[in-house]
Amino acid sequence: MKFGVVVFPGSNCDHDCYHVLKNVLSKDVTYIWHKETSIDDHIDCIVLPGGFSYGDYLRTGAIARFSPVMAEIERLAKKGKYVIGICNGFQILCEAGLLPGVLMMNASLKFICRNVHIRVENTATPFTKRCTEGEVLKIPIAHKDGNYFVDGATLKRIEDRGQILFRYSTPDGTVSGEANPNGSVANIAGVMNEGGNVMGMMPHPERVCEPILGGTDGLKIFTSVIESLS
Amino acid sequence: MRFNVYVTLKRGVLDPQGRAVMEALHSLHFSEVRDVRVGKFIELDLNGMPEEEAKARVEKMCQELLANPVIEEFRIEEVTE
Repeated sequence: MKFGVVVFPGSNCDHDCYHVLKNVLSKDVTYIWHKETSIDDHIDCIVLPGGFSYGDYLRTGAIARFSPVMAEIERLAKKGKYVIGICNGFQILCEAGLLPGVLMMNASLKFICRNVHIRVENTATPFTKRCTEGEVLKIPIAHKDGNYFVDGATLKRIEDRGQILFRYSTPDGTVSGEANPNGSVANIAGVMNEGGNVMGMMPHPERVCEPILGGTDGLKIFTSVIESLS
Repeated sequence: MRFNVYVTLKRGVLDPQGRAVMEALHSLHFSEVRDVRVGKFIELDLNGMPEEEAKARVEKMCQELLANPVIEEFRIEEVTE
C-alpha cells in the first residue's frame, strides 16, 4: 500500500501529511511534484495537501488545477483511485470539477485558525468507515476561503446521495448556525464525489494524529483509507 | 487587441465582501447605498488575430479559467482606441 502526497508551489501541509503517513502510520509514502505527468501505478491513494498553491491568485485552487499533474490525477480519479484533498487540496479538487461546489471567502472575511467540531454524516465511505454514526470529531481548520457553496439543486442531489461526509457542529453534534465557522451552505465541512473515491475536507486531520499535538481524531480518516485499501 | 473582462458573483450568491463594503459606506453616512457587489476586473492584451476569433478565444478563457461558473458570471468588453 502506497500513498502519494502532491507538492504544488505554495503547498505547506505536504510534510505534515507525509509525516503522519510515514512515521505515525508506518506506510509507504512519496512526494509527487506537480510537474509530473504520470503517477506510479503502485500509488493507491493520492493526497492533495493544504497550503496556498500559486498564492491563491485569481481564486483558490484555480491555477493549481491546471498543473501538469492534475490531468493524471483526473484520469486516475475516474478509474477509481482514492484521492483526498485537504483544505487547499479540497479547493483544487472543486476547481478541477472532481468534487461538486466551490470554496468561497469566509463570511467573516477573516482567516480562521482554531479547532472545530465536525459531525460524521456518512460512515459507509472509504474515508469514514472507522467512524461511528453521528460521531463528532475535533479537528482544526486554518483557512480564509472555506465557505462551501453549491446551488440548491446540487445540494439536494449530494444530500440524497450521501456525498456530504462532515458538517460543522457543536461538541455534542448539533448542526447549527453558531457552529458554522465560515458560512458554508448547510454547515458542510467535507464532501465526496458521486463515485465515492474522491474526498475533500476543509479541516486538517493531519494536524491531529498524535496526542502530543492535542488530539488523534484525524487518524480516523487515514486509518479508514488504510482499512479500505487492505 | 485589448479586452476587458468583468467577473462578478452571480445574483443569489452571498457576497460577504460586498456587504462589508456596504456597511463601511453606511458608516461614512452614504446611507443611500442599498447593495454592493465586489468583483474582479481583468485586462487582456492579445496578439493580432481576426476579431471574431479573438472574441471566441476570450470567451473560452473565461469559461476555462477566469471565472468559476458555479458562482460567477463574466462580461467581455473589447477596448477600442
